[in-house]
Amino acid sequence: MFPASFGYVAAHSVEEALQLLTRQGEDAKLLAGGHSLIPAMKLRLASPGTLIDLGTIPGLRGVRIDGDTLAIGALTVHADVAASDLVRQRLPGLAEAASVIGDVQVRNRGTIGGSVAHADPAADFPVILTALNASFVLQSMSGTRTVAADDFFTDFYTTAMTAHEVLTEIRVPLPPAGSGTAYVKLPHPASGYVVVSAGVLVTRRASGSCASARVALGGLGSGPIRAQGTETGLQGKSLTPEVIAAAAAKAAENADPTEDTYASAEYKRHVATVYARRAIEAAVERAVTRNS
Amino acid sequence: MAAEIEFAAIPIEVTVNGQKHQATVEPRTLLIYFLREHLGLTGTHVGCDTSQCGACTIQLNGRAVKSCTILAVQANRAEITTIEGLARDGALHPVQEGFREKHGLQCGYCTPGMIMTGVSLLEENPNPTEAEIRHALEGNLCRCTGYVNIVESIRWAAEKMGGKNVSR
Repeated sequence: MFPASFGYVAAHSVEEALQLLTRQGEDAKLLAGGHSLIPAMKLRLASPGTLIDLGTIPGLRGVRIDGDTLAIGALTVHADVAASDLVRQRLPGLAEAASVIGDVQVRNRGTIGGSVAHADPAADFPVILTALNASFVLQSMSGTRTVAADDFFTDFYTTAMTAHEVLTEIRVPLPPAGSGTAYVKLPHPASGYVVVSAGVLVTRRASGSCASARVALGGLGSGPIRAQGTETGLQGKSLTPEVIAAAAAKAAENADPTEDTYASAEYKRHVATVYARRAIEAAVERAVTRNS
Repeated sequence: MAAEIEFAAIPIEVTVNGQKHQATVEPRTLLIYFLREHLGLTGTHVGCDTSQCGACTIQLNGRAVKSCTILAVQANRAEITTIEGLARDGALHPVQEGFREKHGLQCGYCTPGMIMTGVSLLEENPNPTEAEIRHALEGNLCRCTGYVNIVESIRWAAEKMGGKNVSR
């Protein structure tokens, strides 16, 4: 299979990519690792007139601490997010999500920025990044803005990015002491994509009660959704197995998943309650044992 | 002034199995077809052509990737190793030997990809458990052997290599 013909240019800097993007308009697509875009082009689901390759722009790769934030360059591949000591120690839920995307080869090539910008409703990063209250740095000719994950994923394969912006960095607040993060996923057995997944950030007081909780679910809508009933069910409560189970039971109460050949809507809603519970339990355990 | 957009022929320079190649390619040329049809390296196979089966696995700058989902232009200035580049001076790579010793193939179609992934695994983890081997092979599909002998082949190679990191 071949993509339809297109023009190609490798940008040497973000500024150059932005100039090219402005000149080419909506006809152009940005290329990072290409592991969402190239398959779509081969299937002729996408036929951009021009690809602007960001792949060789220096400085958009890697994980670093920036004050109280973990900053991840948009071109960082999934395998490097999964293997990063910083990520594993400070945000193990993010490392878990990165480590279950696709397969070894896909993780060696696909990028976090590409996954976020593509906004596949069955992708892993949007879910955990929503749970972690991440934000996305968008650069354009007129400056830079930062959009929170809650406002970023607007619809199926659609984000708050305009056609004239480049996603350069993913910023994840480092959670306070007593926090735990986790991500669990029911993958489709053939494709590995999310059937249902749950990402959690929970912060526990020394007394054992829940100071705050964010629970995001994948596979139930056009993008990640917050399980607000579950979050409310945890807030301020003692994080006992009973409280967690009762809160998780509300995970899918506002969800209206689409039925597909693999899973019915009812099944997805049920799995969401189970996976929300497992993710909360794992996050709480980490909050207890890794009180840093 | 921004760089120019090119539609027809893009010059690339790629080092494949230690040998430098210069070529001009159409932007839509996939790396797998560049390797097979431009360079004649047909050891790397096109299987599903949808980045699932792993038959097209090569090493790009030392990492196992699926060459059906990479444009040749994206490999500009990269170092590539294909199945043809594993044997040295007529001696098979231990992973290749392992597939022979442990009967790790039947039809052989998936084998180049399996071996490339196996080689990458042993470079990162010279002494993998069976579970780790199976996990590493999740992106490589075999429709004949049922994986038992493939896992044994890689395990055999790990033992032959003495559990040492012999990144080449």
